[in-house]
Amino acid sequence: MSYMKLTGAQIVVECLKKEGVKVIFGIPGGAIMPLYDILYSETSIKHILTKHEQGAAHAADGYARATGNVGVCIATSGPGATNLVTGLANAYLDSIPLVVFTGQVSTNLIGTDAFQEVDINGITLPITKNNYVVREVRDLARIIQEAFYIARTGRPGPVLIDLPKDIQLAQTEFKYPEKVSLNGYKPTFSGHIQQIKIAAQEINKAKKPVIYAGGGVISSNASSELRDLAFQANIPVTTTLMGLGTFPETHSLSLGMLGMHGTAYANYAISAADLIIALGVRFDDRVTGKLSKFGSQAKIIHIDIDPAEIGKNVLVDIPIVGDLKKVLKKINEMIEKKENTEWLEIIKDWKRKYPLKYENNQELKPQYIIEEVYKISEGKAVIVTDVGQHQMWAAQYYQYTIPRTFISSGGLGTMGYGFPAAIGAKLGCPEKRVICISGDGSFQMNQQEIATAVNNNLAITVIIMNNGYLGMVRQWQELFFNKRYSSTTLTGNPDFVKLIEAYGGTGIRVNKKQELSPALEKALSLNKFVLIDCIIPGEENVFPMVSPGSPLDQMIGVD
Amino acid sequence: MMRHTIAVLVKDHPGVLARVAGLFTRRGFNIESLAVGHTEENNISRMTIVVEGDERALEQITKQLNKLIDVIRVRDIFPSNSVERELALIKVNTNSLANRSEIIQMVDIFRAKIIDVNSQMMTIETTGTEDKVNALIELLKPFGLKEVVRTGKIALFRGSKSVSTFKKQEE
Repeated sequence: MSYMKLTGAQIVVECLKKEGVKVIFGIPGGAIMPLYDILYSETSIKHILTKHEQGAAHAADGYARATGNVGVCIATSGPGATNLVTGLANAYLDSIPLVVFTGQVSTNLIGTDAFQEVDINGITLPITKNNYVVREVRDLARIIQEAFYIARTGRPGPVLIDLPKDIQLAQTEFKYPEKVSLNGYKPTFSGHIQQIKIAAQEINKAKKPVIYAGGGVISSNASSELRDLAFQANIPVTTTLMGLGTFPETHSLSLGMLGMHGTAYANYAISAADLIIALGVRFDDRVTGKLSKFGSQAKIIHIDIDPAEIGKNVLVDIPIVGDLKKVLKKINEMIEKKENTEWLEIIKDWKRKYPLKYENNQELKPQYIIEEVYKISEGKAVIVTDVGQHQMWAAQYYQYTIPRTFISSGGLGTMGYGFPAAIGAKLGCPEKRVICISGDGSFQMNQQEIATAVNNNLAITVIIMNNGYLGMVRQWQELFFNKRYSSTTLTGNPDFVKLIEAYGGTGIRVNKKQELSPALEKALSLNKFVLIDCIIPGEENVFPMVSPGSPLDQMIGVD
Repeated sequence: MMRHTIAVLVKDHPGVLARVAGLFTRRGFNIESLAVGHTEENNISRMTIVVEGDERALEQITKQLNKLIDVIRVRDIFPSNSVERELALIKVNTNSLANRSEIIQMVDIFRAKIIDVNSQMMTIETTGTEDKVNALIELLKPFGLKEVVRTGKIALFRGSKSVSTFKKQEE
């Protein structure tokens, strides 16, 4: 059988189609022009031109998180490629599947410091799951297929493919391999049955169990198995920031988020538990507080697809490597029905004594804004956040019940992530309401993407919590640096309403509490891109708070 | 702190060494020696890496190595169950005749070889365990070492056990 001869650029597009890619993000440039030339006449793939490559990477990431599919973005060589670096690191730390194409100078020029040449493979080695430089056009289809496979299987992550210009132009017979064969990559899916039995026994025996669920539950699509486990044995559930939405926060078994800005009752519960069931989590320092005290009363079951996460930060008693969905299904078959009445009473008491709270006065409080957004969206919106105080308020005061409805930069904590990610999320889920919660600091880190949102008629609502500060840093300066507000005052902010209008979008300013719900109603009814600039009190703090290095049960702002 | 010898089978293509070495640096491990070469299988290279660290550190590094797509197998080679060798070339001063015969004696005792010689110096080739190579170098020091080059340790399991008959670590 003979195959059609295609150029490298055509092969890329054919492979994207084989992988079911519908939307890609990027910016053209010299070394990627052959690929863009093919995209020009391709109708089945929508290309979204962002205004900065970082925006493209975050948009692809937001698309991936909202849909569960692999996000794809493209940049040219040199500065185009280096502008992707933050986006790659962000996706790597949160285990988000991306396939990223970068242009590269022609193979005969590699290593000569040619115009816009940079060793993007070398630069991205530690922040990609794998990366490739394509040196022969005949390898291209195999590499792209491998990249998609590696990105979405096992512990997902970003994969970069560096495409020299001459490879994009060279021709070869196109054949998409039937299957991927990688002898160095074989994720363990099913979990060790003996370990699973022991885990089930421990769960059946436990008097004070707590489930600690993270982003892995979302990656593995195991939210319903998690719920089955919790409901069957009446186990309270706390989630990490990345795990919000995996368990309905409206349910009485929900403890909300744990960790540095978690609820007091989640932190008390995990500190007092006799069994911690850790699902798709990595015991990050923002979650555990002082490591030696974390779960010191408890046996720990840790289920994760990545063996390297087991025992990395915390020694665990019952490790299980496998796909959460599969492992939880098996565990659930062995779980006895249990009431845990005594334990749940204790928790109920904590919830009553130490609820999440703020002073809800006449001012326009950020917590109040989130509560209003929750009401008006009926808890069904896709909430995308930037990074900082607003991110924590969005995590605390909105009740997430659906996986993939809370999208946020967890591991890297990337300011500037939220807005482009919201663009990606909206393109992935056009039928859903997408609301970006941002701050005046974060938003300005990628505000150039207003053009992208307006130009593509994306009905996103951006809410800026405008306090005139780099708020989270200011909070730390207040608490730990004697209120010396070094470089955290944002003088010179633009008028965000005028800014958005300059791009042809709609802006609304909210100064007073009573103006908020009409503004939200209006924004959501307009069905177009709207920015709401909310002027909030400058020195509002995020509480509760566990100081860095303190044990979880010692919190500021709990009395 | 324990020293460990790790055998790593990798795909033989550009960038693999940077990937593996970079991982050690990033996770804060110091590589004491590293030897790379082809194996009995096409397109597969074998790295022998000597690294210092406790059991937990070793476990973490093994797992991180296994995560690299280009890494096919990782094994900790225990000294009790393996044969290990290092090769060194030692260039030593031979200013006087007396020196010369003393050095030759030492070479004999160590079953080393003289592979280059002129009126000023000799180059000695020796193979053995790291300790043996160290011992010879120590003994030659007083004569004035001009240059020493060592390959780093390579190691194989004893008997029929081999790294290549294992599958990539699955837990």
